[in-house]
Amino acid sequence: MEEISALFNGFAVAMTPFNLLLMLVGVTLGVIIGVLPGLGGANGIAILLPLTFTMPPTSAIIMLSCIYWGALFGGAITSILFNIPGEPWSVATTFDGYPMARNGKAGEALTAAFTSSFVGAFFAIVMITFLAPLVAKFALQFGPPEFFSVYLLTFCSFVGMNKGSPFKTISAMMLGFALATVGMDTVTGQLRLTFGHPELMRGFDFLIAVIGLFGIGEILLSMEEGLAFQGAAAKIRGKVVLDTWKQLPKYWATSLRSCLIGCWMGITPGGATPASFMAYGVAKRVSKDGEKFGTGKMEGIVAPETAAHAAGTSALLPMLSLGIPGSPTAAVLLGGLLIWGLQPGPLLFVEKPDFVWGLIASMYLGNLAGLFVVLTCVPLFASILRIPFSIIAPVIIVICAVGAYTVHNAMFDVWLMLGFGVLGYIFKKLDYPMAPMVLALVLGDRAEDSFRQSMLFSQGSLDIFFSNPLVGGITSLALLLLFWPLIGKLISKKKTAAV
Amino acid sequence: MSEHTNQSNEDSVVSVRAMDIITALLFLLVGLIVMIGSLKLGASWGSDGPEAGYFPFYISLIILLSSTVTLYQAVIVDKNKETETFLVKEPFKQVMAVLLPAIVFVLGVQLIGIYVSSALYIAIFMVWLGKYPIWKATVVSVGVSVALYLMFEFWFQVPLPHGSWFNPLEFVGVN
Repeated sequence: MEEISALFNGFAVAMTPFNLLLMLVGVTLGVIIGVLPGLGGANGIAILLPLTFTMPPTSAIIMLSCIYWGALFGGAITSILFNIPGEPWSVATTFDGYPMARNGKAGEALTAAFTSSFVGAFFAIVMITFLAPLVAKFALQFGPPEFFSVYLLTFCSFVGMNKGSPFKTISAMMLGFALATVGMDTVTGQLRLTFGHPELMRGFDFLIAVIGLFGIGEILLSMEEGLAFQGAAAKIRGKVVLDTWKQLPKYWATSLRSCLIGCWMGITPGGATPASFMAYGVAKRVSKDGEKFGTGKMEGIVAPETAAHAAGTSALLPMLSLGIPGSPTAAVLLGGLLIWGLQPGPLLFVEKPDFVWGLIASMYLGNLAGLFVVLTCVPLFASILRIPFSIIAPVIIVICAVGAYTVHNAMFDVWLMLGFGVLGYIFKKLDYPMAPMVLALVLGDRAEDSFRQSMLFSQGSLDIFFSNPLVGGITSLALLLLFWPLIGKLISKKKTAAV
Repeated sequence: MSEHTNQSNEDSVVSVRAMDIITALLFLLVGLIVMIGSLKLGASWGSDGPEAGYFPFYISLIILLSSTVTLYQAVIVDKNKETETFLVKEPFKQVMAVLLPAIVFVLGVQLIGIYVSSALYIAIFMVWLGKYPIWKATVVSVGVSVALYLMFEFWFQVPLPHGSWFNPLEFVGVN
């Protein structure tokens, strides 16, 4: 079991006092970010990324990933106490969490949510520990055509899995690719699509896009909905925690199912949000008291929370082993790796084992720290939401502006951020998905490079993407997913015709 | 956003369908710009392989195709969706109440630096929209600015913009 010994080395890396302190800071910041409207995992990490430029990469990624865990935990607090999902993946938690809190069982609901989040995350981390090195080893044999086919699969699965219009998904995604091509072309050294504007030479940084799309866009949306917080009282006593923990093993089947759904949706870029809805839906259908879901059943909290965390955590698997992030937040972390001078992808396991295993070990510790922090400090975090929106909104916009500026010390980026904010607001309202656009912006250059190299091999023939069983298989799967909306329509038409 | 769909038509600023059409048209425009740009670079096969515009050209082609379909759906298929409103008057005012000051704020950051503009922005926002007494607004806004200064310039040594036009904090030593 070389993974186990590697993992123990990782614990040795992660367990320095400095790193443990960063973990606590990260988790606490993360929960605050998760509770605040307008700040979430992706843009919260994007804003704090510049502060880590001077840190050693391992410490930096430990802190940033802990912010992510914290944000995953934090979303549940607002859903249960205020019926306001702090994060999109905690929408499904409101269905049963808020009724439970209204019935005076806020403590139980929160404990159930936090514990199942922890279980989901833990399951996913164990999977990463054993699966990621295997995937990375396998991917070491990949050449440019294989990599391009994996990119293709990533992006096609957005089209296949998204509920909305596939054409809107494609448009948004291609906009991301188009923005990624702006600036210096790495192969020919030519300036592309700058149209003579020196400010565009740097290209569009995806961190700016993330801060604008998710931060400013979210503030504009919350403002439109007119937030009025009416929260249930929050307090978790030790006895309640223990009592709830005694009840939870009953739901082991739901929990396991949600873990599997979450891991699957996290590795394929379905993401935490659909995973939580899917797990909730399945639990409702399978459970004996399925009809009572929505009235405050604990099972209805266990299912989405477990799945959301399993998905959010396992999104790091493809990022670590292939260099392809499974979610916007994982994409921001990947951006961090590039800035610290690390090449994400299969070679990372060989070249920087300390870094990789330190990160994996920190996931175990970070989630444990997260569980502890949220269980003990809920009242504190809940009080943040009682700060009126007229204070929070301008402060968050100021923080976003600072975050956008510090990426390149460029004022132009702050203006871009505002532009992306308006874009994010419009996209959200018209159901253009933002995750594929952000991922395209991050991966655009790398996808293009692997495409060009493949084309050089094959002298411009697309046959290379079917030249061996592996690349052909991945490409076919990608095409299947791309045309899934169409295929699904045909199948359902046949079904209705048969009936 | 389903909660806005059943609002009466009178308050509607713009319908979902109109917004869909406008966005699709903008996408078409972006597609065209990218296409022209990549054709200028050369989107074919050069002596040493694909030229710089090769990849972006196909990207632009896909944008044009997919947004044409979206446009078609919005114009032809969704004809009866006219009643769905994208924005209603009151919320629209709310959104503008955040967006317009934010634009002025960013302009302020560029001209007079981040600290003074942040303080002013937060204070004005609090007094105007939150109806807070001026002293409370002052405490919060100055507090945030000082915290920003300490965190960035002092601890992490990351300089923030001090104003390209003039630096109002020069006299207290912020350069």
